[in-house]
Amino acid sequence: MPFLRSPSKEPLWKDEFSVFTSDERYVTRRQFTKFLTLASLGMFVGNLWILAKSRFAKTQASPTVEVAKTGEIPVHGVKLFTYPTPQNHCILIRTSEEEYLAYSQKCTHLSCAVYYSAKEDRLECPCHQGFFSIKDGSVLQGPPPRSLPQITLERDGARLLAVGVKGS
Amino acid sequence: MANLEPSKQRRGLVAINGAMAVIITLLVVQIWLLNATLETFLAGHKGAVLPAAIFSGLAFLGSLAVDFFVTRVDQESRK
Repeated sequence: MPFLRSPSKEPLWKDEFSVFTSDERYVTRRQFTKFLTLASLGMFVGNLWILAKSRFAKTQASPTVEVAKTGEIPVHGVKLFTYPTPQNHCILIRTSEEEYLAYSQKCTHLSCAVYYSAKEDRLECPCHQGFFSIKDGSVLQGPPPRSLPQITLERDGARLLAVGVKGS
Repeated sequence: MANLEPSKQRRGLVAINGAMAVIITLLVVQIWLLNATLETFLAGHKGAVLPAAIFSGLAFLGSLAVDFFVTRVDQESRK
């Protein structure tokens, strides 16, 4: 079916508002070009929206919250907590005697909850087999497009404190 | 296409087809750019946001210029 047709010698208004119903299905090159230009404007507006969001969006406050006591969880054990808001679920992992790491539990692909696989020593998303490094949250395999946001931890004596989020 | 004069109108059609190819290329680049910018922004990197917006704006201006060109060629071919 020819959707594009060559311009006729008729005046433009006759071409665009044809009295023939069969002509209605036609899209002229000029109309198609206008549609493409409009789509281009849409892409530009999208980029402007991201720019505005990066410039003017309020940065989320990073409260200091106690997430666990040292020694509360065993080596290769985990504890779930929420940070910085009750809607943001996170996972704390004790990777060795002295090392604790925490990440957002929300997979960057489609937001399924990731879990820690002690056997493979990585974070795994069960929905689409997305795997994340336990060292820095980077994507090891699967469809996730970016790393897991990492929760910055600090020690205050026997307390483990969450103080910020990296890469959110 | 059979009833076209092998002259001004045909040349106009070739020009419009070329212009459409340019505008489609620009649009594909813009789509990729928007996707890449969104991904990097969500990953917490904001350095690429401003250059991407500027480049996307330039691509849009290019598309607009091509659109004006197509309109002009179309009008010329109807004279």
